[in-house]
Amino acid sequence: MKLQVIVTLKKDVLDPQGSAIKSSLSNMGFKNIESLRQGKTFEIIVKEKDEKVALSKAKDMCEKLLANLTIEDYSVKAIKE
Amino acid sequence: MKASVIVFPGSNCDRDVKISLEKFGIKTSMVWHADAKLPKSDLVVLPGGFSYGDYLRCGSIASKSRIMKEVITHSKKGGLVMGICNGFQVLVESQLLPGVLIRNINLKFICKNITVKVTNNKTNFTSKTSRNSVLEIPIAHNEGNYFASKDLIDELEDNNQIVLQYCDAAGNITEQCNPNGSIKNIAGIVNKKGNVFGLMPHPERASDELLGGMDGSLIFKSLK
Repeated sequence: MKLQVIVTLKKDVLDPQGSAIKSSLSNMGFKNIESLRQGKTFEIIVKEKDEKVALSKAKDMCEKLLANLTIEDYSVKAIKE
Repeated sequence: MKASVIVFPGSNCDRDVKISLEKFGIKTSMVWHADAKLPKSDLVVLPGGFSYGDYLRCGSIASKSRIMKEVITHSKKGGLVMGICNGFQVLVESQLLPGVLIRNINLKFICKNITVKVTNNKTNFTSKTSRNSVLEIPIAHNEGNYFASKDLIDELEDNNQIVLQYCDAAGNITEQCNPNGSIKNIAGIVNKKGNVFGLMPHPERASDELLGGMDGSLIFKSLK
């Protein structure tokens, strides 16, 4: 089963990379961008048929390594192919 | 006193820190990250560098390496642990120290001499410095911007856990002399118990006159 994990910075954590990308886009002519935050995605293929079990494994991975819960939030979902 | 310096793939200040420790009379062994056993040590040093190429988040993969279980046990028993630069990042990722180190606010890798004020000289790592003295030590990092919630910062202040703060040459803690955007100009903290110390400046790079300064040696001299 294929899983997608998205890790983003929490709302009140400063994102200097996101700000730099936002201002670069504005300079390129992409106006009206209200906010831009950078994050990470992970595509994980696990040998698991049960979606619930797979998702709970992915959550465990997030809490133990993929995200730093002091500054980051995560979301996980199964991807149907 | 006996020290162990942990070597991760990508550590690059490990030998420098060994030379500094031995210069000040601390017998030092190098310990590979994949080792299962920590030699008998009073102090563990996590050196600077780019462990695992800074993949995922700086220090995150190193914090899960085999030897870190032993380092965590050593710290829980009250053993001394000092993390310099990438070592500080490993300590926050291992949750041996609170907070987190994020990308420098100006998005630049900063490599220069800076000055820090010793806000707390009553630690195992700063006892040979005077309170509020100013030390000139180099920094070299891309992710040194210390971040923590307001509650945590209050707690750090209440418990006197903030040890080093970026300051100007006269010791004033101002925004202009904050190189990386750290909250409260934090450059180094200890845990509540006072046996784990993390700092972004590199004292091993200021421990010999040939390197242009001796201020970092006060940290090594304090370790006795």
